[in-house]
Amino acid sequence: MPHIALPHDLPGIRGAMAFRPETARPLNALVEVLLTGPNTLTRGERELIATYVSSRNCTHYCHSIHGAVAAAHLGGDEALVKQVKTDFTQAAISSKLKALLVIAGKVQQDGKLVTAADVEAARQQGATDLEIHDTVLIAAAFCMYNRYVDGLGTDQPDDEALYRERGKRVARDGYVTVSEEYLATHAHATGH
Amino acid sequence: MPHIALPEGFPGISAGFTYRPETAKPMRELAHVLLHEPNSLTPGERELIATYVSSQNSCYFCQTSHGAAAACHLGDASIVEKVKADFQAAPVSPKLKALLAIAGKVRQDGKLVTAADVEAARCQGATDLEIHDTVLITAAFCMFNRYVDGLGTWQPRDPEMYKQMGRHLAEEGYTAPSIRQPVATT
Repeated sequence: MPHIALPHDLPGIRGAMAFRPETARPLNALVEVLLTGPNTLTRGERELIATYVSSRNCTHYCHSIHGAVAAAHLGGDEALVKQVKTDFTQAAISSKLKALLVIAGKVQQDGKLVTAADVEAARQQGATDLEIHDTVLIAAAFCMYNRYVDGLGTDQPDDEALYRERGKRVARDGYVTVSEEYLATHAHATGH
Repeated sequence: MPHIALPEGFPGISAGFTYRPETAKPMRELAHVLLHEPNSLTPGERELIATYVSSQNSCYFCQTSHGAAAACHLGDASIVEKVKADFQAAPVSPKLKALLAIAGKVRQDGKLVTAADVEAARCQGATDLEIHDTVLITAAFCMFNRYVDGLGTWQPRDPEMYKQMGRHLAEEGYTAPSIRQPVATT
C-alpha cells in the first residue's frame, strides 16, 4: 500500500513517475543512457548488473523487471538470470562480468568498500575504465531506484508473466519510449 | 586515489561528471529539480536532508559541499552541524524532523518506512509531495554518495573550496558545473 496517493493503475516505479513527472524525466534519461546507450558492455550484461544489485537490495519490482529485460536480451535465458541473483560466481557469464559484479556488490553496500585489488582483478579480465565507471554508476543508481520504489511503498506485483512481457517491451523500445507511453495512457485515462 | 583515470584537479563528483558527460546531464537535472527548483520545502531544508543522508553515509565530499549549500541558504552553518550530530535536538521545524526520520530509514532500506513514520510527518503538516521528495532526495543521495566514493574520487580537505562550491550551488543550482577547470591538487 503506497505511503502517498500514487495512481492505482501503475505498479512499482511507474506510479511514482506519474506522480512527479519533473523527476521522472531525468530518472528515465539516466537509466536510458546507462542501460541502453552505446557501450562495450552489452545491454544484457548491464541489465544483469542492475538486476544483481536490486536483488541484493531485495527490491522485488526492480529485480523482477530488470531480470526480465536481461532475459529478453539473453535469448530468454531466465535460468541464467536466476543464477546470477542466487550466486553469480556459478553463472555462465564471462570472468570479466563476474569481476564487475564483485565491484557492484561492494558499491551496493558502500562505495568505500571498493579496493584497488577489486579494480585490478577486473582489469586483469579486460575491463576498461569506462566499464568500471559504468558498473559503479549502475550499482549506485540502482541503490537509488530501489530505495525510491520501496520507500514510497509502491505496489510490487507478483506476476512473472507481467514482468516477462514488459521486459520484452523495454528490451525492444527502451525506457524513455515505454515511460512516455504509459504516462500518456495514464494521463488520458485520468483526464489529466 | 581514483580507481580509474579521472581528470585531475576535479574534486568529488565533478571528476565523474567531467569524465562522463552523458550520465552527468540527467544526474545534474535530477539534483536541480530536487534541490533548487520551487518547492514548498525550502532549498535550505532540502539541502539539509541531502547533507544529513550524506553524513550518515559518511561521504565527506557530499556532506561538506551540500552542507555548505545549506549554510548559504540558511545563513547559518551551525544548524548544519547540529542536524548532522542529532537532528532531533537541532533548531529545525518538527515537520523537517519528521521528514529526516523518514530519510534516515530510506537511507538504510526503503522497506523500513512505516505508515506511522508517514503519519507522524503528516501530523506536522507534510504533504504528499514533500514526503515524495524526501524519499527521492534520500534515494538520490544514496546514489551520489556511492558514485563519489565508489570511484575513489579526490575529496579535498579545503574549507574555502567547499564554501565557494556551496555558494555556487545555492545561487545557481546544479545544471552548470561549479568547478569549470582543474584546481590545484596540492
